[in-house]
This record gives sequence, structure tokens and C-alpha cells, in this order.
Amino acid sequence: MSLPLAKTKFSGKTITLSHGAGGKAMHDLIKEIFIAGFDSPELSLLEDQARFDLNELTKLGNRLAMTTDSYVVDPLFFPGGDIGKLAVTGTINDLAVGGAIPLYLTCGMIIEEGFPIDDLQRIVASMKATADAAGVRIVTGDTKIVPRGAADKLFINTAGIGVIAKSSNILASRAMAGDVVIINGYIGDHGAAIVDARGELALEIDVETDCQPLNDLIQQMLAVCPDIHCMRDATRGGLATVLNEFAMSSNIAIQLEQTKIPVREEVRGVCEVLGLDPLYLANEGKLVAVVKQEDADKLIKLMRQHPAGKNSCVIGNVEASPQGKVILATGFGGNRIIDMLVGEQLPRIC
Amino acid sequence: MKFVDEFRDTGKAKSLTKAIHKIAQSLAPKLTKPLQIMEFCGGHTHTIFRYGIEQMLPDNIEMVHGPGCPVCVLPMGRVDDCIALAEHPDVIFTTFGDAMRVPGSKKSLLQAKADGADIRMTYSPMDALNLARKNPDKEVIFFGLGFETTMPSSAFTVLQAEREGISNFSLFCNHITTVPTIKAVLDSPDMQLDGFLAPGHVAMVIGERPFDFIALDYHKPIVITGFEPLDILQSLWMVLQQIEQGRNAVENQYTRIVHANGNTPALEAISQVFEIREFFEWRGLGSIDHSGVRMKESYAAFDAEKKFAVPNIKIADPKSCQCGEVVKGVIKPWDCKIFGSKCNPENPMGALMVSSEGACAAYFNNGYHERKTA
Repeated sequence: MSLPLAKTKFSGKTITLSHGAGGKAMHDLIKEIFIAGFDSPELSLLEDQARFDLNELTKLGNRLAMTTDSYVVDPLFFPGGDIGKLAVTGTINDLAVGGAIPLYLTCGMIIEEGFPIDDLQRIVASMKATADAAGVRIVTGDTKIVPRGAADKLFINTAGIGVIAKSSNILASRAMAGDVVIINGYIGDHGAAIVDARGELALEIDVETDCQPLNDLIQQMLAVCPDIHCMRDATRGGLATVLNEFAMSSNIAIQLEQTKIPVREEVRGVCEVLGLDPLYLANEGKLVAVVKQEDADKLIKLMRQHPAGKNSCVIGNVEASPQGKVILATGFGGNRIIDMLVGEQLPRIC
Repeated sequence: MKFVDEFRDTGKAKSLTKAIHKIAQSLAPKLTKPLQIMEFCGGHTHTIFRYGIEQMLPDNIEMVHGPGCPVCVLPMGRVDDCIALAEHPDVIFTTFGDAMRVPGSKKSLLQAKADGADIRMTYSPMDALNLARKNPDKEVIFFGLGFETTMPSSAFTVLQAEREGISNFSLFCNHITTVPTIKAVLDSPDMQLDGFLAPGHVAMVIGERPFDFIALDYHKPIVITGFEPLDILQSLWMVLQQIEQGRNAVENQYTRIVHANGNTPALEAISQVFEIREFFEWRGLGSIDHSGVRMKESYAAFDAEKKFAVPNIKIADPKSCQCGEVVKGVIKPWDCKIFGSKCNPENPMGALMVSSEGACAAYFNNGYHERKTA
């Protein structure tokens, strides 16, 4: 994302330890980069905390949802996104998959001395644009500067608050035999884009991250089907990990059909060359939901009309046994068990 | 995906499976035990599990998953040597990804990296040479690992380094050879194998002839096999046909890649840089004569074993390990006393639990032990 940057007194400069020392340099950085960049009424009050009207919140539901996540992606900018977009999207999605309407985010940044302030401004602008598009506000924040080598360029933590409507009860333990598993599109795009963007493997592919907020899609899904049984976003560890979590929490088996799982040709190609499995690649805009069989058709129809769900489909179903297992029909005639990864996915030698 | 999906076609899989079942049925009256066919190569093991091929086979055909996973058979002492090299302050140690998790006597390369050693994952020794060009003040060591498949790329990289006069690159040579290893398996007194799928990418380099002794001296059918699931099924069918017709020959299923005489430039590069070691230590199989190569004296300037003091301490395999019997098909992985209990993918005791290509790890991850023992 390349948004035009507002000219500030920091243009072309780099972060120094004085920007974290509590004095005028820090004050100016917060005012010109963060307050101006995030542009939210709560933040602009310059208090030590953001304040919310409880009456407004209770109009939306009967439970608060809260989550936090830290973002340390390398490189900071990659095809289709950057660490800022990721930090806002990831926390929004963690709230949304629980059925919550995400409302407010915090933003904590740990910045390495020497970091270009133009890049910081670009990342803040990307966070603001992503938050605006998803209808959430960044309402409070914190900045720490650490000496060179004490952190890798920039780490972001975001926490989020949302409200869950009375009607929804989404839990990993609610999958039942007879349910079906649905996904909102191609898997593995984010993982493949990051592998490519690191540039160590001289791949020439054209895959962008799938990084996108899912809250609007999910609220529309809940409007037609309030009783979604399970839902998570398939981030680190990929689709395989989320399904294993459902299978174990619900004591059921999940039977997947390999031929139904959407994987882009380019991502399949990367996986073939590198010996990786797309089922374990990270996503940043993919939800996996377990719903009643009779709800599947109307949900898929609705999801396909949404920009975040154009390639939604059913990928498998829930069976009573073997309990706690995810089984993939390979499309070749055999089955294999899809387990959790032991460590990180390592490419094979030959 | 073109040139991939054709080799995973369900319809063709069905007709090959049918043909395999038909031969197996006609052989059944003559058999006193199930036929044991060994796929030597870890790449084949990977395909067999990934596509669930074992479940498609008749009950009287058993796949025996051989020792051809170079990561699995790496002895603990060699991993310790790697770590000793990697912990030199001026060394960048480079390796294929799946060697990172192999346990040494104290730690793995992954743990050594966390402790501060500069260890980097590369896809090719040429990437390591590139690192050497970019870091002239560091010594870049590439962990040369694998059978004849990966040997040519190591050899070509050393030759390239020599041509360019790059003096800060060296190879830690742990390359191993296929033929003496198959021979060791065949010479084992408890061996009961009936046929082989030969490693296609090794054959791509060395050609068909080095496998002749299996047919001529040991009277076993052997088929050089590709790595797609249809390759495996077709090769199995070819082995079974030989058994049915009472023939023992080297046949080549992987004709789209493997030339009868192998790859001449690759073989020349190998013989220019490497020579046979008297013996090489294997995890699970012990010492096998002539089963490894080292760098020739003329390339000592690129030999990490010559440039650095490598501890070279032998660490015995844990006594409870039965990997040797598993790779020969004498016992099944789940028959091993420590399978799934003391030995599991998170804490592998034996060779075959180390990499996803190892038979034990493959069975464990696929939950077969639960089904078999249930």
C-alpha cells in the first residue's frame, strides 16, 4: 500500500533513543506521527487511557470480548500488505471469529533505534486505513525505543475490544457429527507471499498476502445463521492446526476432501518446489467455520457475494470418530491423518 | 498444475490398483508370507504416506520403508561435529532445512542456532557460495548431505569456488552412497525382501547399471521409480509382474528423467571432487563399508574437515532402538519397544523418528499405530 505521506518535521529522519526518553522529542513524535496518523477522538484527548460509554456498548450485545496479539513479521513490507495492516487485521479477526463486533484497538510499538520515520509514518497510515475500512478505532497507544540490536526494526502489539451479541455462542468445542466445515477462500497465500518477500529463495511468483479484516463478512454470516458452532481464523499453523483444535476440543473427527480445498496454482507451485504443505501455511484473512449441514448452502451463497468470501466453499464434514483426528481424503484414493506440526515446517532435502 | 496433476490422476490410480490386486490374487496361493517390497528412498516413503498408497494395496503386499532418508541416518556424532563447526565465532554454517531438527548427543542445529551459532537454512550449496561471496570476512561452511542425488550440486559448488578463487567457502562432506547400503541390507541374515523400488533421483545421476547386482547376484526384481503417486503404483505393478513371471531384472519406470547411463557431467564432477571412504557410520545400521565419500586431497582447501578441527566423536545409538530391524522389514515400526512412548517426533531416539520421511515418524504422524494396536 503506498499512501502519500503528510510532510512532517520528521520526514527523512530516523528514530533515536531521544524519541523514547519522555521529553520534547518524544512528545513531538507522538503528536505528529501517532495522534495525527491515527486521528481518533479518544487518542486526541491525550489522556492516559481511552474511555467508553457503557450504554453504547450494551446496545450491541451482552458480552465484551478482548484479545491481544504481537506482530514481528519480517520483512515489514510484503506483497499486498505490511506489518501495520497485519497488526490491525489480526486483532480484528481474533475478535470477529468469536462473534464479536470489533470496536477499539490499542497500539503498542517497540521500535529499534535507527528506524526510518518515513517507514513508521507509512505503517501508521496503513493501520489507520485498515482500521477505518473495518469500522474500528485505534484509541490508545504506547511507544518504546530500544537500542540497536535489542529488537528487529519494529514490533507491534495490538489489543482489541469488541461486543458479542446475545444470540451467538461460537466455541471450538461445539462441532457435532453431521456438521460441515467451510472456508472463505484460497489457503496459504500469506505464507507463500512472506516466503517470497524474504527473497532468500529467488522465487518468481506473483502471490499477495490474503491479509483482510473479516468482521463485516462474519457479521453478515451471523445475521443469516446465528448458530455458527465453531469459527477461528487460520493464521500460524494454517488450516490444519485450526481443524485439529476443533477436533480435539469437540472430541469428533473431521474428514476433509483434498480436491475441495482451494489452493492457488502459484501457492501449490511454491509448495511443490520447496517441499511445504499448504495446509500448514499461514493465512491472515481466512476463517474456518463449522456449521450445521442445513445452514451450509445459504451461508456459502451469502459469503460468495462478499469481497472477503468470493471463493467460499465446503471443504469437509464432521464425523463421530476417530475422535480428535483430522483425516484427509487425498483425492488419489487413500486417506492420511493431518496432525499438528511438531515444530516449524522445514523444507525437505530432496 | 501441468506436469504434476497428470501423475496424480485418480482414474489411472484406480486401474493400476486394480491390476496390482489382480496379480496379488493370482500370486496368493504360492505365498507363505506377504510379499515385502522395499522402497529405498525417503522421498518415496513421503509420497506413499502423503497419498495414502498403503491403504490402496492388497493385504499380501507390504511396503518396507528403507534406509534412504539421509537426514534420518545421520549419526549423532556427525550432528555434534556440525554444531562444533557452527559454534566457531567466524563461521556461517549453512544446511538443508530438515537437517536442523536432527538431535545430536546434546542438542540439534536448531537449538545451537538459538544458543547463538550463525546457522542458516539454504536450498542449494550455490546459495551458500553466494553467502561466502557476500561475507568475505567469514568462513561459510555448507553441510553436504544426501546420496548421489545431492552429491553433484556439492561437487559443482566446490569446483565453482575453485574457479572463482573463493577461499572462505568449505564443504562439510557427509554424502553417502546408495549401492553399498542396499548391499548391506541384502546381506543381512534376517532380510526377507522380495523386491525393490530403486531411488529415481539417484538413478538419474548414476544410471541403471549400478543396480544390476540386485537382479543378477541377489535375484530380486528392482524398478527405478519416480516420485509421484502414479509412479509408485506403476512401479509396484512392474515389480509384481516380474515376480509373477519369475524374472529378476532392473527395469526403469522413471524414463522421463532417468537415462540408462546416468548423467555424465554430474558423474565427472563427483569423481573429480570426491573419493570413497573406507566406511561410514549410519544411525540405525552401524558402520557400512564404502558407504560414504570424502573430498579428495586436491580439494583440501575446500574441505571443512581439513580446515577445522572436527571432534569426530562416535556416539553409539541408544540400545533400545530397533531402527535397523525396521528398515530391513524384520519388524514393523509399532513393534519396536519404544515406538511412540520413549521415541516420538518431539523427542526422537531413533533414526526413523527424526524426519517426516522416516518410517516411524510417518507411521506415528499418520496415527497408524493406534489403528494397528486397537
